[in-house]
Amino acid sequence: MKRSKAFWIYLAIAIVVYAVVQVMFMNGMLDIYYQNMLITICINVILAVSLHIVIGITGQFSIGHAGFMAVGAYISAICTMKLGLPFIVGIILAGIVAAIAGLLVGVPSLRLRGDYLAICTLGFAEIIRIVFLNVEYVGGAAGMVVNHATTWTYAFVAVVITIMVISNFTNSRHGRSCLAVREDEIAADAMGINITYYKVVAFVIGSLFAGVAGALYAHNFYIIQPTAFNFLKSFEILIYVVLGGLGSLSGSIIAAIFLTAVSQYLQAFPETRMIIYSIVLILVMLYRPSGLMGTKELKDVFKVKKRGGSEA
Amino acid sequence: MDWLQQLINGISLGSIYALIALGYTMVYGIIKLINFAHGDVFMLGAFIGFFAITRWEMGFIPALITAMILCAIIGVIIERVAYKRLRTATRIAALTTAIGVSFLIEYTMIFFRGATPEAYPQVLPKTTINILGANINSQTILILVVTITLMILLQFIVHKTKIGKAMRAVSHDADAAKLMGINVDNTISATFAIGSSLAGAAGVIFGSYYTRIDPLMGVLPGLKAFIAAVLGGIGSIPGAMVGGFILGIIETIVSAIGFSLWRDAAAFVILILILILRPAGLFGKNIREKV
Repeated sequence: MKRSKAFWIYLAIAIVVYAVVQVMFMNGMLDIYYQNMLITICINVILAVSLHIVIGITGQFSIGHAGFMAVGAYISAICTMKLGLPFIVGIILAGIVAAIAGLLVGVPSLRLRGDYLAICTLGFAEIIRIVFLNVEYVGGAAGMVVNHATTWTYAFVAVVITIMVISNFTNSRHGRSCLAVREDEIAADAMGINITYYKVVAFVIGSLFAGVAGALYAHNFYIIQPTAFNFLKSFEILIYVVLGGLGSLSGSIIAAIFLTAVSQYLQAFPETRMIIYSIVLILVMLYRPSGLMGTKELKDVFKVKKRGGSEA
Repeated sequence: MDWLQQLINGISLGSIYALIALGYTMVYGIIKLINFAHGDVFMLGAFIGFFAITRWEMGFIPALITAMILCAIIGVIIERVAYKRLRTATRIAALTTAIGVSFLIEYTMIFFRGATPEAYPQVLPKTTINILGANINSQTILILVVTITLMILLQFIVHKTKIGKAMRAVSHDADAAKLMGINVDNTISATFAIGSSLAGAAGVIFGSYYTRIDPLMGVLPGLKAFIAAVLGGIGSIPGAMVGGFILGIIETIVSAIGFSLWRDAAAFVILILILILRPAGLFGKNIREKV
């Protein structure tokens, strides 16, 4: 019962946040610049959370997340621009197709471990990108023109659904099996956990939401190009997860929000932004390899504070 | 004979991949880290060579040696500053740091000189020799000679010298090597120095062959070289060479039959196929994970 109470509290907070921002838009307190920034933050939070379930929960080091985002972006763009379907159908189909792509990539590559898996997922993401680059139907290298359809409402609802699904999955029996796989694959296998199954499930869920984020991303700009989904993008998502703390949902969310806001302000200085990113990344890895939050969630941090650190 | 021409082009490209792949494979063999920054050391090598030729007015061989020495120093600095603390850390932390170092090098370079490409000066005499209908220019021959010389030198270092013996011992079992009185830190530094100097040499060769360098040029050849290392069996020096040549030839063939936009995809397809079908690579040994 306790968990369901927390669930309602979070949902209420989400509705309040949504309502406040919506009222601020209507009053004109937040202009189009901030609106765009909030949508970008929402997209990046979805990406971070969807990669978190693969890296943070299941411990599978995937660095090709932008590939699934590309699948979602292009599928949704085809739906709305070529087939004339409504945007919401585009988002759903983007998620489904990206999940299928995740399944196809995951089944062979998840047999690999650690570094090899990382390189393999990177390779798959590049192949996906090169395929879109060579398909004339979606504009090839020049890119594809897409309508602006992503609104704050769409983005926010998608974030809430993503976080809800992934946190519920993490707290379920399946989620605990995934955690067992993360901690020790061989021991988990010996305990009767079907490790391949859970790895693939987590990977497919991650790809699904990456596809949704891709759909939102595609419809937030007027054009999508294959170069937007290269490994720089994958690494950017990886940085959110690693910096926030491997295994911490709230850590990934906070890192995604913070870094997106910072990079919006540094947009005029892209080199400086990347230099700062990489120095922060190196320093965090050297001095706190588990990320800023470790595996702690936001509520654990407060709990420790309240009890004077006695539980730490 | 067109195929002969393509084969020669493929071998030239492959020899560059092979030189970079050697550094990957040596570093991976000794500390089990994919050194993502290796491709950027290659880029730095190309730029050092460029400055050596244009500013300091050196010839090809002195520029090559300068680039190798400076890259060796850079490699050791990278290892000491960024990777040394991570030997006992998780694989994810180590790999993320390597990615961070790679970005740091690339964007610091862009910060200081901009992202615009640079035209490499013509340092090598350009005469063309016709063999069996294929045109081989003197650059290709010199590049092959340099590459093969460096590879033989490397084989000599690894198999005949004391430091090579230490390197093999540390890669086999670092703790046991330490017990036997081997200075593990110095051995790892030496590995980075040798690997980085080879990458630097590859940078100069790449520059003088393809005549165009830019701060992000290391990314794709770096990944390709890693694929070559995996293809040959990571940790194996002959494997890295053979993998590099095979990859170079396959890429050139894919371009030659009219799929030049797909050549990067071809490299990744090879990577995935080899990882799935034979994860240990062509020359690798399959090691079972112990419980």
